[in-house]
Amino acid sequence: MKRRLLIALFFFGSFFGSTVAFADAATEAATAADPVAEKRLQKLSEELRCLVCQNQTIADSNAELAQDLRREVRTMIKDGKTDKEIVDFMVVRYGDFVLYRPPVKGITLLLWGGPVALMLLGLFILQRYLRRRALRVIAEDQPLSADETSRADALLKEIEPK
Amino acid sequence: MNRYFWILGAFAALVALLAVGLGLNPRDVPSPLVGKPAPAFNLSILATPDKTLGPKDMQGKVWLFNVWSSWCVSCRAEHPVLVEFSKNANVPLIGLNYKEVRGDGNFDMSKMPADEEKKLAFQRAEQWLTLHGNPYTLTVMDIDGRVGIDYGVYGVPETYVIDKAGLIRMKHTGPISPDVLAQKIMPLLAELNK
Repeated sequence: MKRRLLIALFFFGSFFGSTVAFADAATEAATAADPVAEKRLQKLSEELRCLVCQNQTIADSNAELAQDLRREVRTMIKDGKTDKEIVDFMVVRYGDFVLYRPPVKGITLLLWGGPVALMLLGLFILQRYLRRRALRVIAEDQPLSADETSRADALLKEIEPK
Repeated sequence: MNRYFWILGAFAALVALLAVGLGLNPRDVPSPLVGKPAPAFNLSILATPDKTLGPKDMQGKVWLFNVWSSWCVSCRAEHPVLVEFSKNANVPLIGLNYKEVRGDGNFDMSKMPADEEKKLAFQRAEQWLTLHGNPYTLTVMDIDGRVGIDYGVYGVPETYVIDKAGLIRMKHTGPISPDVLAQKIMPLLAELNK
């Protein structure tokens, strides 16, 4: 219980932490001078998860680790590494979890396919239900018997204004 | 009636799924480094700063690699376990002091020259070990955290078990409890040392 509270507080804290993201602006000034590199840094940072505040990318997070990883990305951009090389560098160290968009592969099949499968299941159940109801309505849609007609007439007469 | 059992069953399954999810530790991210060679480094040794150590020097030995820092609160919690371990086990325990100064958060790093940071880091690490006891065979100093990145460190403390061939066989994130040591680490060390 205590741990969950801590986790909740942690996320709460990291939410507010994000408003002061990019506080290490001084060090980022170097890349900022080069708009192409800056854009790449921004794009790559949005693809990479900060493992400390796990629901943030390293672009959003101001955690120490995110700052360090941004610095690594910046250095690799300066060294002329391709985007793929930079992402691979991160995956080798932190695993697929570092990717904000998990790759489609065996182990993530449920993750990617799950929502679609659930929607198809829902559509199937809905369609079956509608068809059954339609059949039931047809089956029950028969003219009133003589007895029922007279009862209905009696009821109508009761509420008719005199 | 049957239909309500169905809905109830589906609901119960969902509750069970979410309950399991809540019970998992989100920080327990599987490391891709397990089974891979320990990333190379060459870092200054705390006690003898003019000498360096790297995984190559540990080749042929089973060893523990523990990431710590004096500002890390959980490291304090795990420290007695490590001290106890070092008394009994004859497995080398190498410490990686991770971002001793810049990780602290109490220093304005833009105003601190590199040599001053280095001096302060050695001083603080030494002090901490004197105060709380030194379980480490050696500690190496990762002042800027670069080696930490190579090892996929994202929260201190973290501990790696490295085998004779230099392969990482296990990674534990967070403080080592006596249970983790007795049930996971010790059996693995015994098996690797066979």
